[in-house]
Amino acid sequence: MKTAILSDVHANLEALSACMAHARRLGAGRFAFLGDLVGYGADPLACLDLIHGEVARGGLAVRGNHDDAALGGLCEDLNFIARDSAYWTRAQLGAAEREFLAALPLQQRDGDALYVHASAADPPAWEYITGLLAAQRCLAATDAAIVFAGHVHQPLLFYTSGDGVKSFEARNGVTVPLSARRRWLALLGSVGQPRDGNPAAAYALFEPAARQLTQHRVPYDHATAARKILAAGLPAMLARRLAYGE
Amino acid sequence: MATLWRAVGPDGTARLLKRPKLGPGSHPACFAGFETERMVLARLGGPHVPALIAAGDDCPDDSGPWLLEEWIGGPSLADAARRAPLPEAEVVRLGMAVATALHAVHRQNVVHHDLKPQHILFRDDGTAVLIDFGLAVHGELPDFAADAADGAREMPLGTPAYIAPEPLRGERGNPKSDIFSLGVILYLLATGRLPFGAPESRGGMRRRLWLDPPRPRALRPELPEWLQEIIMRCLAVLPENRYATAAQVAHDLAHPEQVVITARGRNLQGGGWRAAARRWWKTVTAPPPVRRAAAEQLARAPHVLVAIDTEHDTAELAAAMRQVVRRAASADFLARITCVNVIDAALSAGQEESAELERGQRTQRLMALHHWARELALAPERLRFHVLEGGDAAAALLDYARTQHVDQIVIGAHGSSALRRLLGSVSARIAAEAPCTVTVVRTTT
Repeated sequence: MKTAILSDVHANLEALSACMAHARRLGAGRFAFLGDLVGYGADPLACLDLIHGEVARGGLAVRGNHDDAALGGLCEDLNFIARDSAYWTRAQLGAAEREFLAALPLQQRDGDALYVHASAADPPAWEYITGLLAAQRCLAATDAAIVFAGHVHQPLLFYTSGDGVKSFEARNGVTVPLSARRRWLALLGSVGQPRDGNPAAAYALFEPAARQLTQHRVPYDHATAARKILAAGLPAMLARRLAYGE
Repeated sequence: MATLWRAVGPDGTARLLKRPKLGPGSHPACFAGFETERMVLARLGGPHVPALIAAGDDCPDDSGPWLLEEWIGGPSLADAARRAPLPEAEVVRLGMAVATALHAVHRQNVVHHDLKPQHILFRDDGTAVLIDFGLAVHGELPDFAADAADGAREMPLGTPAYIAPEPLRGERGNPKSDIFSLGVILYLLATGRLPFGAPESRGGMRRRLWLDPPRPRALRPELPEWLQEIIMRCLAVLPENRYATAAQVAHDLAHPEQVVITARGRNLQGGGWRAAARRWWKTVTAPPPVRRAAAEQLARAPHVLVAIDTEHDTAELAAAMRQVVRRAASADFLARITCVNVIDAALSAGQEESAELERGQRTQRLMALHHWARELALAPERLRFHVLEGGDAAAALLDYARTQHVDQIVIGAHGSSALRRLLGSVSARIAAEAPCTVTVVRTTT
């Protein structure tokens, strides 16, 4: 069964709905969420409702740093804008949503794949995988053949080669076979707050039986998402960046 | 690198079973090559590659991965190469078959990187099939072969006698590297010799970065200038001086009278030490290339077919068509333009002097095509002219477009209803049935 993998939804309902509809059209029967379900965006409740429904139907979700921030704490490791939005999100969540987020694992194994928000090396440290060494550390920390992670908002594929790790930028819509003789780390772009200059929402389709992965970009109504952010009184910068994907 | 078995399928058909030689001490590149072949073959289709039937990572006897491919029973080009030098007609026939197969692979975004006679087989109908994609690069997939070589820091990836200059410098993924290897093959078939020998050292291989091989006609004076022109253009040191596509090589081999002959084709000697020094300087100072996928490079060198009705096209329509062609030619500066006209051979058949008449008519139409294209003011090597024969103009054009790998057809629409009744709508049929993009040009009156 095809699994749609969605990372860094960030409470962007328009982007989430567009990606889910796109994935269903392409035959996705199951959804996996790589954390940062909330934070930044204006629709935490509606997004969590959709995600909760998919997890109940056999999907899976892991917890990200922004989900943690929405549950409590001083959030001193977040910048001011992220902190403002975390406090705002905290005020929106009801008991059911808090319970759902708190129960999410930091990483989840599913067959020979591992799902984690930041890095398998030390999940609660929320390390950004920005290079080959960090990718290698992540792969070394698990025996899973394929690791899916988000957090950096930049799609990139890593694979083991000899004693090291190589990276590969897959084109959108192109299916890449994940050779069984190597181990793979797929960093996914963000659904709700793309930062690679392309405002379209990013997600990937994984076919476990055929071991292949396809990254997709889905244009969505980012103007509405931005208007809701402004209407909620969240920092204006969070609305502006959606139009540029920055 | 791999062990090969002839296997028999449940329906009795022969198959090829391929397994890498893996084990302690086996080279990492060996497995990378096997992995690459599996990945690339899965993406390739058509008659010019073996069909991939199945692949797996474990054999029942636990001996690792395997590939099951279609069995190509025909002879290998290596058999023909052993008989070289071959007669001109055979060089042309084999060269066209290989160039056509190569173009089909490039069109699917794959560069072979190890083209040599041993890797070219023939089906019973003469279709060439390229095999062994262990060093290939797909424009959209990871390059495992290069990764493995990178770790080993060893010899360049390819076969010394056939490898192009740029892969010697570590550049991969350029379809023109295969066109260079095609030139080596043509040279071998035509002269019986390898242009650069079979060097064993890296230094020996690098000599092709600046040294000219002996001209084919110096080795075999009876070879025509046009064949030397084609071979030497494939063997140009700088990729930009080679043919833009393998389809252009096939086209030139099929139409020798259209090949524009330069000093490259005429001279019996290379440029001497001055040219060698210049080339050496160019290759050592060349900037690192912008890597483009094969499919993208081919898209920049389209073959545009202009169907010209010299009898019925009005001056306005001709001007409008030239405008479209000019735009196509300036948008893609590697585009090649072929102007064609169709004559109905049946009209003059049966008469005493029919052959004479037909020749006269052909020449006249050819002149008219040259005249038509004069105003385009394009370099002569970008233009080709053909007079096709056939009672059915649309069928003749469609057939040409299919066999000559045409990427776009430009054709005029006849506005006048009387003419359209008379001719039937050729442009409508072309638009409906063509294997490529069609631009129907209309004048607004």
